[in-house]
Amino acid sequence: MRPAPRALGRLGAHALVAAGALVMLAPFYFMFVFATQARGDIFQLPPPLFFGAELAGNFEILTTRLPFWRNLGWSLYVALASTLLTLLFCSLAGYAFALLEFRFKPALFALLMATLLLPSFMGMIPSFLVMDALGWIDQHRALYVPGAASAFGIFMVRQYALGAVPRDLIEAARLDGCGEFGIYWRIVLPLLQPVLGTLGLVTFIGSWNNFMAPLVVLRSASNYTLPLALRSLQSPVNTEWGALMLGSAIATLPLLVLYALASRRLIAGLTAGAVK
Amino acid sequence: MNEHVNPVAAAGLPSARAAGTAGSPVPPQPVPRRRWRVSPRWAPYLFVAPFYLLFAVFGLFPLLFSLFLAFHSWEPTSGLAAMRWVGVENFAFALDDEWFWKALGNTLWLALASGLPQHLVALGLAVYLQGLRPRQRDLTSGAYFLPYITSTVAVAIMFSSLFSTDFGLVNALLGAIAGIAPIDWLGTPAGLQAAITFIVFWRFVGFNTMLYLAALQTIPAELYEAATLDGASRWRQFLHITLPGLRPMMYFGVTLSVIGGLQLFEEPFILTGGRGGTDQAGMTAAVYLYRMAFDFNDFGGASAMSWLLCGVVALLTWTTNRAFAVRRAGRA
Repeated sequence: MRPAPRALGRLGAHALVAAGALVMLAPFYFMFVFATQARGDIFQLPPPLFFGAELAGNFEILTTRLPFWRNLGWSLYVALASTLLTLLFCSLAGYAFALLEFRFKPALFALLMATLLLPSFMGMIPSFLVMDALGWIDQHRALYVPGAASAFGIFMVRQYALGAVPRDLIEAARLDGCGEFGIYWRIVLPLLQPVLGTLGLVTFIGSWNNFMAPLVVLRSASNYTLPLALRSLQSPVNTEWGALMLGSAIATLPLLVLYALASRRLIAGLTAGAVK
Repeated sequence: MNEHVNPVAAAGLPSARAAGTAGSPVPPQPVPRRRWRVSPRWAPYLFVAPFYLLFAVFGLFPLLFSLFLAFHSWEPTSGLAAMRWVGVENFAFALDDEWFWKALGNTLWLALASGLPQHLVALGLAVYLQGLRPRQRDLTSGAYFLPYITSTVAVAIMFSSLFSTDFGLVNALLGAIAGIAPIDWLGTPAGLQAAITFIVFWRFVGFNTMLYLAALQTIPAELYEAATLDGASRWRQFLHITLPGLRPMMYFGVTLSVIGGLQLFEEPFILTGGRGGTDQAGMTAAVYLYRMAFDFNDFGGASAMSWLLCGVVALLTWTTNRAFAVRRAGRA
């Protein structure tokens, strides 16, 4: 008599998890559905469940209300700049911490790890003042320079380099007269490719989604990145919901594509701190 | 520059020496282009320098400056000269400020109300996923993890439409399925907090599931086999093998949730239009800090509050640590 209830329980678990997965995905579905609906139609009873015909209309509103392509371009520019700088600085430092010997290494590494514990809001106010003093307010470099050598990224590269780069290879190259930077560029960097791919994805997504830093630093609407631009469309009255949903959908689309292409790698990268 | 090194990298470890010394057509150049060469002695410092430079300028200096500011009264528009030493006045003001306590209470409540279900569901889900075949497991975990990588702003905007009172999808569904009268999610304190809690839960439950799933893979299967042979029920196996095996990850995950939960900013900020919502029910500590500085122009007061909040975060992280340490000691 045991197997029957157990099978029933299994079935129940399957159904529950599947329903949960639907709840997880539903907001994305409706984001895309609403992006094709007129403002008046989104808030009907019952709400629209399928795609409408207002995609072009919403797009028109979106591009007249916002310098949308500029905003998209800035998001892309900041995300790429931040990714490239992060890959350079994190691979250099991660390699050094993994494979080179130098004085104060343990202390320097401990300091690096300690900075991971600082809550993000601690920097919000004073970093605004620093940007102000540097004349970086409303400048995009204020978004990609400060975090370019991320402690998390350095840690990630270090963990990987420990297992992936043979010390003998570095010694051999050094004896052959290869310079220190040459060793990094020609030997270490190619071997670090897998972890740098993951770190690049994580950094790009983090920058693409960043809201707090641009909110504090950027001032003019033509300099806004996408999240800020979308927020500026939101108002207590008369929000153009269809256009806003279309903008949100466009901001989400690249992430969905990246996720479809590299979900395993992304999940591994984002949970890396824990698993290692 | 040193072309002869290329084959070393390509050929791999064993042939490295041979390729460099004998196989290479170009002999190693003695001390070429000195000014571009970094001595092995200084190279490591050069390689790690960017982090410490950037941290000094954009991390450490701002922190020290905010500590300095916390003891001053200052509006940035009036210039550095207008800074006035006020001692602990800013701290006294914060501790006496009704909104500060309100924000702190909101933050703690939202962190608990979204964090606890998150971990309970993630734990159950991870155990369930562990029993699936790899393909189904990847597909299901992929769906649950997706919210974690998407733009919080886009998602919060989406939810503010789903949760709207008169014609939002959530109310429409609740009405159709359970016959519940429309709930004013975003206009009442309890509704707003419920909506924020749900969005945070929705965004992080998949992340925690993946943490637990990774930890489950490290529990040796022999433990379960032995327990089954001994006639232990599945529930007992869960209690005595799975849970203890997951404890280190639980500590890590809970710590992340505590730290993350106390910094909650974007969801309430978007849902309340940056103002904190009805009766300040959506005003978290980070939102209040932002308003203090950028809406009310009180940078000294905001700095003092950020240090008080940092203390709270440190205290709670420490408490989490203690809680898990005591449990560990009790088990051993």
